[in-house]
Amino acid sequence: MIKKLMKSIREYKKDSLLSPAMVTLEVIMEVIIPMLMARLIDYGIQAQNLGYIWKMGILLAVTAMISLMFGVLSGKFAARASAGFAKNLRKDMYYNVQNFSFSNIDKFSTASIVTRLTTDVTNVQNAYQMIIRMAVRAPIMLIFSMFMAFQVNSEMAVIFLAAAPILGIGLYLIMTHAHPVFEKVFKTYDKLNNVVQENLHGIRVVKSYVREDHEIEKFEKISTSIYNDFTFAEKLIAFNMPLMQFCMYACMILISWFGAKLIVTTGNDPVNGMSTGQLMSLVAYAMQILMSLMMLSMVFVMIIISRASAERIVEILDEKSDLTNGESPVTEVKDGSVVFDHVSFSYTGKKDKICLSDINLNIRSGETVGIIGGTGSAKTTLVQLIPRLYDVTEGSLKVGGLDTRKYDLEALRDQVAMVLQKNVLFSGTIKENLRWGNENATDEQLIHVCQLAQADDFIQTFPDKYDTYIEQGGSNVSGGQKQRICIARALLKKPKILILDDSTSAVDTKTDALIRKAFREEIPDTTKFIIAQRISSVQDADKIIVMDKGHISAVGTHEELLASNEIYQEVYYSQVKGGSEDETAE
Amino acid sequence: MRQPNNKKGPEGMAKVNKDVVKRLMSYIGHYKLRFAAVLICIVVNALAMVFCSLYLQTLIDSYITPLLQAATPDFAPLFRSILIMGCIYAVGILACLFYNRTMVSIAQGTLKRIRDEMFEHMQTLPIRYFDTHTHGDIMSHYTNDTDTLRQMLAQSIPQMFSSLITIISVFFAMLFTSWQLTIFVLCFVFIMLQVTGRVAGKSGYYFIRQQKALGDVNGYIEEMINGQKVIKVFCHEEKAKEVFDQKNEELCRDASAANSFANILMPIMGNLGNLQYVLLATIGGTMALGGVGGMTIGTIASFLQLSRSFMNPISQISNQLNMVVMALAGAERIFKLMDEEPEVDEGYVTLVNAKYDENGELTESKERTGLWAWKHPHGDGTLTYTKMRGEVRFYDVDFGYNEEKIVLHNISLYAEPGQKVAFVGSTGAGKTTITNLINRFYDLADGKIRYDDININKIKKADLRRSLGVVLQETNLFTGTIMENIRYGKLDATDEEVYAAAKLANADDFIRLLPNGYDTVITGNGGSLSQGQRQLIAIARAAVADPPVMILDEATSSIDTRTEAIVQRGMDALMKGRTVFVIAHRLSTVRNSDVIMVLEQGRIIERGSHDKLIAEKGKYYQLYTGAFELE
Repeated sequence: MIKKLMKSIREYKKDSLLSPAMVTLEVIMEVIIPMLMARLIDYGIQAQNLGYIWKMGILLAVTAMISLMFGVLSGKFAARASAGFAKNLRKDMYYNVQNFSFSNIDKFSTASIVTRLTTDVTNVQNAYQMIIRMAVRAPIMLIFSMFMAFQVNSEMAVIFLAAAPILGIGLYLIMTHAHPVFEKVFKTYDKLNNVVQENLHGIRVVKSYVREDHEIEKFEKISTSIYNDFTFAEKLIAFNMPLMQFCMYACMILISWFGAKLIVTTGNDPVNGMSTGQLMSLVAYAMQILMSLMMLSMVFVMIIISRASAERIVEILDEKSDLTNGESPVTEVKDGSVVFDHVSFSYTGKKDKICLSDINLNIRSGETVGIIGGTGSAKTTLVQLIPRLYDVTEGSLKVGGLDTRKYDLEALRDQVAMVLQKNVLFSGTIKENLRWGNENATDEQLIHVCQLAQADDFIQTFPDKYDTYIEQGGSNVSGGQKQRICIARALLKKPKILILDDSTSAVDTKTDALIRKAFREEIPDTTKFIIAQRISSVQDADKIIVMDKGHISAVGTHEELLASNEIYQEVYYSQVKGGSEDETAE
Repeated sequence: MRQPNNKKGPEGMAKVNKDVVKRLMSYIGHYKLRFAAVLICIVVNALAMVFCSLYLQTLIDSYITPLLQAATPDFAPLFRSILIMGCIYAVGILACLFYNRTMVSIAQGTLKRIRDEMFEHMQTLPIRYFDTHTHGDIMSHYTNDTDTLRQMLAQSIPQMFSSLITIISVFFAMLFTSWQLTIFVLCFVFIMLQVTGRVAGKSGYYFIRQQKALGDVNGYIEEMINGQKVIKVFCHEEKAKEVFDQKNEELCRDASAANSFANILMPIMGNLGNLQYVLLATIGGTMALGGVGGMTIGTIASFLQLSRSFMNPISQISNQLNMVVMALAGAERIFKLMDEEPEVDEGYVTLVNAKYDENGELTESKERTGLWAWKHPHGDGTLTYTKMRGEVRFYDVDFGYNEEKIVLHNISLYAEPGQKVAFVGSTGAGKTTITNLINRFYDLADGKIRYDDININKIKKADLRRSLGVVLQETNLFTGTIMENIRYGKLDATDEEVYAAAKLANADDFIRLLPNGYDTVITGNGGSLSQGQRQLIAIARAAVADPPVMILDEATSSIDTRTEAIVQRGMDALMKGRTVFVIAHRLSTVRNSDVIMVLEQGRIIERGSHDKLIAEKGKYYQLYTGAFELE
């Protein structure tokens, strides 16, 4: 996992290495200070040597300034390295997502991909910065301080050797016990948020059924469990400070007692025994050692927290697209004919959950094909195979006389335009949105396709016409308008095959009819697939396919199906009875 | 090092609302004794720390130096003194343990109280509140705002108090040890605050930019990933990468700058501390040699320790101050929610189970009888009971969501018990608004509504709503089993009642086919069920409540025609014998209504049966023949 993530460091390797190097230098400077200080006291103040005091003072000040410089540099390098690492990570993930096939996208939900690209990357970025600074600083500080303490007086330094593991093990125990409880608390937190969220969404239901008290009860139950768990975990964490103080005070007392004795018995001799200055430097080292242990435990927790994020990121990086171009792919689609030859399909690729079974169809170039059927009858699944958004599980699907797997993906999709059921417009002007179909389209071409899709009329009524800005998700145009812009966008590709997946559901029947009329007159050579709920949208098609639970129930013209197919009759009569007496402007 | 990633950054630094603080204190007031104990323990702990710093002086000047001169050193007094120190430390440690653990209880208890009160209060708020506040904003009171409050209560308050005590006691200790050096330390602290303040300011500036850039990148990612399938269909991958790279690069630049400034803050503080330490030693040493101010090695040693203990809490306080300001802003928002006016309910007519006594008079009954009556207390102390029949009448009703804009004009209508009344019209015509007035989600601007001949303002809201069943377009199910979801309509319904309701709604068949049947757990987004199935459960939920009046608001609009037939059958069964208000997008659902009202811009422009309206060839006819979009 770590190796996979490290690949994204790339050009920031230098910064990533310089930062710990600078930290190390800073620590060395900081560790030297107490030792020099001891000399200043012993040889300067004790020996009453003013010159020495000033010499040492200047030396110490310079050391502190150098340490400051290294510290600042390490901070800068670390910031650059971590921000750059995050950038590369985000980029690698995003690029990989662009290669995802539909089934890859289905596997992760959209929301989960977004979280991984945003929150998780930020978590890993913070952890990375922590690692190249704190995680380096703390152990180095620990080791150097320990080393220096031994230099000053090895007998006294043994005290630290005893204190450090007590604190270390203590902190470790607290963290490892508290961490699982915190994980649990965060899960309960999600539950609490869920209750509030559901309550907000369903507030009308809650109020209509007068269930306020019921909801409060539900909330308080979770709120109580958060209280209990949180209190438990935090009370464990509350041991941190006293433990730290215990170790610090214990060191102080031991240093005071043994140090004082040693100084007195050796006659305050800094070379052979122990001196006052050295006593003070030992106190300083004790502080540095304990502080670095404290920091280490913090880093430890940070890394644990970010581990889950790192795992989720690697999942995205590891995901391989299951649709790839074959060897020497064909880049030209001859015509718009489509042949399904014993095609079966399952989203999981396994044979137990078949969505489409044994589909046989033969559609000539330029035909208009209507598809009708209830929800879950696999209408959408059927047409999504044509631009090879998914691969067939069994059998073969030929477009333009050639198996879809033999084409270059981009070439195939350029010729098969699809207007999705859940379609989106992107934030930007109408023009920019339309140009997704063809980047180099002229304004005249844009207007022409919009006329075909019956979108020109309403676009012209907007104050900014084609430069009208579409908000994210297309929230400032109506459903019917959005659908028509999406159709125009697809038409701009001048495809050999055009697929409309329930794309006129929000358009009124009259406009719907006008769109189909324009198709017939303006793009007669394009094969058109139209999935619809309304019979009126498909009844003038050359062929109508009636789908039922993954099978083709019947294929035929409107009249044929009306005479012979039960499902078709049922749908037709339910709509005619309830709806249009068919004025479909023919 | 926590980054201030709360958007509502520290711009409110200047004004700390006193009322908010007072109110927070009143919550902590529930733990008066324990909180007082905490404060005392903090003082004890801080003093132990100061003693610890001062002890070096005693150790060196009172013991080591005299003992060095003694011919036969006697260590017994030193041992006693260290033992006393040991006891002081032990007390300090115990105090630390006690206040840390007690503070957890106080903070968590306070938070729980605030959270519970907030939710409880939220349940009493009128629908209008939920209309005017986004879910995201309300949610953030439960997440961000309580979270910062938790950090403030559990960490900032004890830490700041402890720091304050430490600063004060260390200051006096320093002054007592050497006033000359104290002045030097004060000057140095002043310089340090200047420097760090400047760096923190820069860092803050870039953090705001980073937040903006991050929001930009995240927004772009969200939009693109949401449209990922469209990108694939249009082979638009390269273009999508280009824009992303550019935004990503920008974010990297800002993040790098922001973190640089934040990162250098710590080394600056730390090393300036070191510098001060060094300068103190040099100056102190010089003073000691010159015999100024009675400086001894012990004094210098103690002073060096003290100066460290002085610097740390100062930087602590400046860190925590930000946190506190943020938390108080959060608390203010929470209290604002708690101060929202709750739904007023001056109704006094209640809904009771009823039966006919031997005289054939309607009286109240303890058990469920299937017969309901309105219990109407009068001013003279008498009670009358009116049978609940489900008759609804509107008299010249005007209504607007705000006072300037009236959305319903002069609406008059009557629904006899058992009638089906349909509302048809384009979005924004006021269909849903009418039904929202019946269950008093909103109050009228003018006119009145009578329910079984009682003005609905006189009916207690809870009882009024209990008598109305609602199925909305957007099905809101709750996390839990299907059984629990249906039972939501009537909490004490038996399993059999639930099954019966599901059967009535045509939902029983598919529920039984699910792997866990009625115990299937529905989660938030309910991905496992289709829209139609969710709708059927919502209908079953209304059926189990068995109300005399039903409101069906676009209940079948997002279902395909074949499934709709099944749902329709469920609804038809549900509608039998009830007064029903239907709002429908698809005209097939309203065709067999007793009365159809066509609404346009808040007015009823046509009314009558289907055949009558078709014959009139008006708006309804145009809609029916598909000549107009309803969108």
